[in-house]
Amino acid sequence: MEIAKLTDITRIYQIGEVETHALRGVDLSIDEGEFTTLVGPSGSGKTTLLQMVGCLDQPTSGKVFINNEEVTKMNRNQRADLRKGTIGFIFQFFALIPTLTAYENVELPLLLMGKKNQKSRVMELLDAVGLSDRAEHRPDQMSGGQQQRVAVARALAVDPLLILADEPTANLDTENGEQIMSIMKKLNEETNTTFVFATHDPRVIKYAKRVVTLRDGQIEKDESIA
Amino acid sequence: MNYILKMSLRNLGRNRRRTALSAIAIAMGTALLLLMSATIRGEMRGALELNINLRTGHLQVHTEDYKDENMSLKRADMIEAPMAISSQIEEITEVKSAAPRLNASGILAYKNETIGIQIIGIDPPSETNAPYRDGLVAGEFLEADDREGVLIGLPLSENLNLNPGDTINLIVNTSEGDTDKQSFTVRGVYTTDTPGYDKATIFMPLEKAQTITRTENYASMVYILLYDMDDTAAVKNALQSSQYVIEDWEEINKLFIIVMELSNAMMFFFNMMVLGVTATVIMNTLLMAVYERTREMGILGALGMKSKQIKALFLTEATLLGLGGVLIGLAIGVPIVLYYAQVGFYFGDMGISANSGIMLGNSIYPYPTIGDAISVSLAALIITILSGYYPASQAAKLEPVDALHGTN
Ligand SMILES: Nc1ncnc2c1ncn2[C@@H]1O[C@H](COP(=O)(O)OP(=O)(O)OP(=O)(O)O)[C@@H](O)[C@H]1O
Ligand SMILES: [Mg+2]
Repeated sequence: MEIAKLTDITRIYQIGEVETHALRGVDLSIDEGEFTTLVGPSGSGKTTLLQMVGCLDQPTSGKVFINNEEVTKMNRNQRADLRKGTIGFIFQFFALIPTLTAYENVELPLLLMGKKNQKSRVMELLDAVGLSDRAEHRPDQMSGGQQQRVAVARALAVDPLLILADEPTANLDTENGEQIMSIMKKLNEETNTTFVFATHDPRVIKYAKRVVTLRDGQIEKDESIA
Repeated sequence: MNYILKMSLRNLGRNRRRTALSAIAIAMGTALLLLMSATIRGEMRGALELNINLRTGHLQVHTEDYKDENMSLKRADMIEAPMAISSQIEEITEVKSAAPRLNASGILAYKNETIGIQIIGIDPPSETNAPYRDGLVAGEFLEADDREGVLIGLPLSENLNLNPGDTINLIVNTSEGDTDKQSFTVRGVYTTDTPGYDKATIFMPLEKAQTITRTENYASMVYILLYDMDDTAAVKNALQSSQYVIEDWEEINKLFIIVMELSNAMMFFFNMMVLGVTATVIMNTLLMAVYERTREMGILGALGMKSKQIKALFLTEATLLGLGGVLIGLAIGVPIVLYYAQVGFYFGDMGISANSGIMLGNSIYPYPTIGDAISVSLAALIITILSGYYPASQAAKLEPVDALHGTN
């Protein structure tokens, strides 16, 4: 089943007189259960494309569909609503809310969906990333790897269709990077959750079932790995 | 606990010193406004009370043309046989006391000094003279049949080094338009703690005042004090007369009441200024917080938080800050106001003459009211929340993608 479809996407950043064509006509379709990486040189448009899929940004032209709904017709609040239950994010920096504990960070997306008293769900998620004993720790009391694992648990909290991760391992050492990737791979296999990564990291790429290569804002190669 | 409330509370804990400083700014604003409003109210009440007790009474009976300012001594402007009228008025149960008064202007001459003064002829035994009898600091009070004695105020006695037993000369305007000069003996020295009044008001028995001004059996007014000032209108109605005019304290103190309203208006601007300074501090604090947490707003946006909720996050923070600040302000301000309400601020002679119609004592006693405390607290709280509005909408305006690109 197709969960995300992008047709002829362009994105032009304009800063003063300077125009940057970050994406120049990208067509992309993502099916349920994929474990896909976007690769390409720095500045090739990986992050920009991921933001299009994640409804964080609107394209200059082209259309984005999530679950057959046209995102490009939605306003900010409608997009926020769509993201809430459908898309989870993992960022390169360990994007936790610094004032909240590991437990509360994972709980937050559930609260935003109006789901209260989800203690067993939250603990189950923390357990899945091996952090049930860190539930009451704040981000600054955890290592980078631990923080990123909390971010993974948070992204999974609402059972999203799609998880987007922008260089999730870039700030982690080999061991922690491998750990994060194997957690996500396992989830992908067990729950059929769709993952899309943007990365340079060969450790990530080797897990991928599909590798999309970008160059200068266009798709250069799109290969499936058996 | 609601997650927005929880996050706001924790956000306040992030930079404790900054939060504390902002709360102190609100607290100081609140305490200052509390003290100012109680002081102005106290000053106005005190001044009105003095005006009533020393100069105007609750009610006056006088002729249509009588004006306090010019102290006319023409028969047509005065009341005939005032003692009979006043003893009749004293029969009314609501009336505490009533007595004739004769106002005249004159000059006091002593050694080489001459000083313009007001002479008030009083009925010495009357209750209306309580402020002067109770305020006697030297010598004795006047007797009704005293033909040479006068009562002078403490500032006059100090300035001229006059003591009971000393002789002074008084040059007094008469009803015939000329002046008469006679010597008098200082019987006693009084103080009402109202320098503007005490330094220029001399008392003598009514009969002597009538003789020297040649207004036999006439007085300027009958001066009436009530037990309860709320009875003013009722007593005024009961006193209606075809011959004379009955004026109440509100009518006589018209000027003063205008001044009072003016000072309320000035107070409003002063309040606005204090609150404006507080608002600037709060707005600055919250704008800094928005700036520092830009990326966090991006994360919250990516998680699906709507602009409305992000705005609520900052407004809740402002509200909590305001509540904390106001509570601290009340905790500091209330004891200070209550203390000064007892002790008073001593100012001495503020140089305002009693003839201006405004009577100021030498001390101001702040007069706190629950109503003032509530309105000051609410004003401080509302201003704090309003100053959170701009930063909050700045935060809510951020697109998640831009916020994620932000610093930090
Ligand atoms: N907010 C922005 N404003 C202006 N230009 C931008 C912005 N974001 C990206 N760009 C430009 O768009 C192009 C694509 O950027 P993008 O971040 O998508 O690249 P990337 O493939 O993710 O690179 P990297 O591997 O370094 O993360 C770049 O030339 C970049 O400079
Ligand atoms: Mg990137």
